[in-house]
Amino acid sequence: MAKISVDGIEYEVDPDNNLLQECLSQGLDLPYFCWHPCMGSVGACRQCAVKQYRNAEDKNGTIVMACMTPASDGSIISIKDHQATDFRSHVIESLMISHPHDCPVCEEGGECHLQDMTQMSGHNYRRYDFKKVTHRNQNLGPFIGHEMNRCIACYRCVRFYNDYAGGEDLAALGSHHHVYFGRHEEGTLENEFSGNLAEVCPTGVFTDKTFSAHYTRKWDLQTAPSVCAGCGVGCNTAPGERYGTVRRVVNRYHHDINGYFICDRGRFGYDANSSDQRIEVARFRHGQESQFNTLSALEAKRQLNAMIGGDVIGIGSPRASLESNIALRDRVGVQNFYAGFSDGQFNCLQEVTKSLRETGLVCPSIRDIEQSDCILLVDEDITNTSARLALAVRQASRSAATELAKEARIPLWQDAAVRELAQNTRSPLIILSPQGTRLDDVASELHLLRLTEQLHLLQAIAHVIDPQANDLDDYSEANSSLANNIAEQLCRAQRPCLVSGISAESPALVKACTNIGKALRAHHSKNAESPRPIGLCFAMPEANSMGLALLLESGGKSLGAALQRLAQGNVDAAIVMENDLSLRVSAVALEEALAGQTPLLVLDQQHNSFNAKAQLLLPTASVFEQHGTWVNYEGRAQSSYQVFRPSEGILPAYEYLSITDPVQQCLVSSELIIQELARSDSRFNSLTDLRPPRTGISASMKSPRQSHRYSGRTAMYAQAHVHEAQQEQDRASSLAFSMEGVMLQKDASLMASPWAPAWNSNQAISKFQEEVNGELKQGSKGVLLCSRQSNASPYERFDIDSEQKLACFAIAHLFGSDEISAQAPAIQARCVGPYVCMGQSLANALGIRQHGLVQLETATVRVQLPVIIRSKIAQNCIGIYCANEVDKYALLNGKVALQAVSEHESHIASSRAMFDLLLIKDALRGEA
Amino acid sequence: MLRLIKDTLGSQCVTLWRVFMHAFAKTDTVEYPDVQPQMAARWRGRIILSRDPDGEERCVACNLCAVACPVDCIALQKAEDEEGRWYPEFFRINFSRCIMCGFCEEACPTNAIQLTPDFEMAEYVRQDMVWEKEDLLINGTGKYHDYNFYRIAGKKIAGKDKGEARNEDAPVNLRSLLP
Repeated sequence: MAKISVDGIEYEVDPDNNLLQECLSQGLDLPYFCWHPCMGSVGACRQCAVKQYRNAEDKNGTIVMACMTPASDGSIISIKDHQATDFRSHVIESLMISHPHDCPVCEEGGECHLQDMTQMSGHNYRRYDFKKVTHRNQNLGPFIGHEMNRCIACYRCVRFYNDYAGGEDLAALGSHHHVYFGRHEEGTLENEFSGNLAEVCPTGVFTDKTFSAHYTRKWDLQTAPSVCAGCGVGCNTAPGERYGTVRRVVNRYHHDINGYFICDRGRFGYDANSSDQRIEVARFRHGQESQFNTLSALEAKRQLNAMIGGDVIGIGSPRASLESNIALRDRVGVQNFYAGFSDGQFNCLQEVTKSLRETGLVCPSIRDIEQSDCILLVDEDITNTSARLALAVRQASRSAATELAKEARIPLWQDAAVRELAQNTRSPLIILSPQGTRLDDVASELHLLRLTEQLHLLQAIAHVIDPQANDLDDYSEANSSLANNIAEQLCRAQRPCLVSGISAESPALVKACTNIGKALRAHHSKNAESPRPIGLCFAMPEANSMGLALLLESGGKSLGAALQRLAQGNVDAAIVMENDLSLRVSAVALEEALAGQTPLLVLDQQHNSFNAKAQLLLPTASVFEQHGTWVNYEGRAQSSYQVFRPSEGILPAYEYLSITDPVQQCLVSSELIIQELARSDSRFNSLTDLRPPRTGISASMKSPRQSHRYSGRTAMYAQAHVHEAQQEQDRASSLAFSMEGVMLQKDASLMASPWAPAWNSNQAISKFQEEVNGELKQGSKGVLLCSRQSNASPYERFDIDSEQKLACFAIAHLFGSDEISAQAPAIQARCVGPYVCMGQSLANALGIRQHGLVQLETATVRVQLPVIIRSKIAQNCIGIYCANEVDKYALLNGKVALQAVSEHESHIASSRAMFDLLLIKDALRGEA
Repeated sequence: MLRLIKDTLGSQCVTLWRVFMHAFAKTDTVEYPDVQPQMAARWRGRIILSRDPDGEERCVACNLCAVACPVDCIALQKAEDEEGRWYPEFFRINFSRCIMCGFCEEACPTNAIQLTPDFEMAEYVRQDMVWEKEDLLINGTGKYHDYNFYRIAGKKIAGKDKGEARNEDAPVNLRSLLP
């Protein structure tokens, strides 16, 4: 700790940081633009000027940039010094010379860092008489709007997009006062994190295009803390609602998980909530009739209760909240509760939960991954399944740069200097994958291997690290040198980390990764002086995959078993909750099960081919419309709060399924379901701390969902009825559907959109952090549900399938693989149809040319799909992207026969247009 | 004694006389509604939405009037035409809540929302006090004749390209190396 004096007041600060960061950490107001807590300082904007004095006797001092000056012990600075304030007001005046005077028609207005800083620096009138520089805008695709005139050239966008997120298609173009931030030509921004530009940009150059389409000022949005349901990372989000629809989703700071950034699926997938595929009313059909009757919510509930009698099975869902799954399990009984996973995932998750309880290993949070110094990424294409993990892995590759900078005694916030020093030095990131990934540019090694080859290699690595891991002696020569090399890097690392996933649906893969973790543990317990954290994590495809898996530990069978029972027809009814079973099993298996004529009760959010077959279809609330609990890949349970009440008739699944006591209506609240679970199941004990207590003063003083500037209360719905309705009551949480109330103790887990006096933009978050980029001052970070066992378990044994002539693997895409977000129009614009990818040699053997058609045939299915031939793909291997249309399990589990199909040129052209959207860099050009 | 008479009786006579003289004074009340009162132009009465000198809607749906409104009686939704011009998809004032404070007019950056001297807004049905954009929009510039927000702001709209707003240079040619 160092002591610095700011305007005569002493503060205890961290000498490793710069003055700007420390001033902000102390809650002082100092204007800035180019500095960002995650990206360090470059000193580009000159806005954070302060006066620094050499010693107590020095009365003149010198003006320095706070962001470029270390907060060294004994520093004496002044923010209020009149020369410093003068300097800052002149800097902002210069920055504003070409500003286009369009705040009223700017999406950033009202939450603009530039507005805030202009106010803070005291600039009012443009005194400059000459002409303003203007720029033409670019169309940057369905996500991001561009208005270049508003730019103040702080360079944050390119520093985030290129340096932090690894994008390649945004650049600072031009020179001097003509500098321009955009693409080399118009077109969609390629990076998966492009949406963050809207938050990173301190002004309105980059804005959220989907938000602009139904724009509402920040102060008019009703927001509640939420959790992204796009994948299993569990990023914290703040969705905003107005007039009954979700208007946008922005990042909500969580120290251990998403930090300041979320991926584009999470940010732009919200529009699915008001898509035309949404189920809005309950409907019922008698027997085999094709006609549906619509039901009111009450009738629907009655109908449901009437149909649940006798032997009823329930199929849960990894995309439904923990509460809904519990309610379903309690309704049908543990013996009748079945997992909503595909059987492959079910088997994988059993292994994953075991590994999460393994002593000596840690499941790294996103922040832990960022700090890891050696990562082995196995099989999972995390950019497309858990994108935020991929961003963290990208940061981890800079650990080597961090080490170099520490040796050279360069402070880490000196961003440009650290990058200059490190050049292309990266810490080891070893990728084993059947095809090239978006992380290849930061990978130290990329090994294109089929799953079976990966398993052999993983076994060999485990064997090298600890010979007791397996009795392996027949691995090939090539594997042995590779395994030695990878094992050596893993052993040398201070914070090694293994990242894999369950997309391959291979329990052997999970076991193989766990074995390496155990081998490292054994190796270090023998050799190392101090225990090293050995990270092992598995990306989860859905928001509550882990929650459901943990729930199933205490009973519950696989989906296959459920379908078997259905096929036998000895079940009175089946309840399927928020689950499209056609995406979990092959069409044939599903058909066989449904042929049993068991009445099918489906609860879901969106219409799909499966729930069209339901006898009773009930509309359920989305993540924005219910209080829910979600367990992420680490086993961290987090609460999401209802942002707004959905239209009448749409209820959370748990409200349909819980048996309501007519006297105690409140039995169905999510809070009570969670409390009951925490009480009855010791593994979930810690859930009692998940939500803030609602006793004493906090019971009556709720936190508002609306800002204190929320407008239009007496006019919003006046066209329907001029008498204002009573404010909606929320009896189930500590939040109120109101602008009244107090942010109790500024509890961060209840604070959706940060605001502080003079700080209207999202940068106000620093006022709620212990220190900049640190923990939030108060509030729950979620609770970790998986406690480690006390003793180590032995190595896992598994068999590796014999090599097939042709291996198939499933491809996932960030836009399209998630069934809910794929309904959002902006995401749809980035989605592609099903396709097959293969290598050149295979294509030559089959006589297929680039973008031509191939026919895939198994015993049960025959499809024709366009082909992309790429150079980065394992030998004798094809990847299939099913786009939730093609029968994935029939293709992946069956024996696929390939055959070229003759096609028209027009086919090729249309497939080419589709593949252009995919941005696969290593796709081969020209004819095969 | 005389003094007492002067102080009491005299004073009462003067008062009576003055009251009597009021019978001949000029009347201040007007025979409303037969006679219409003369309202000052700056009177804060019925709210209108005006058009710019080119005849386009002035309102750009920036929401500043709504947020300035102390009784929250203004609600609107932004929409945007293909050329980038913002306008309100709907614009609603609940006059049964409006207190005619004029904050909305002060907040308006485009001079779109203005208060007029018209105060005759009584209704039998309260629902009729809810006015939509079609009711509020007039075919003129109101009190401010020349102001056109889009001629000053640097946003491109139909008929005004980049670089054509006040004080703007033609758009930069990024391919040029000239200083």
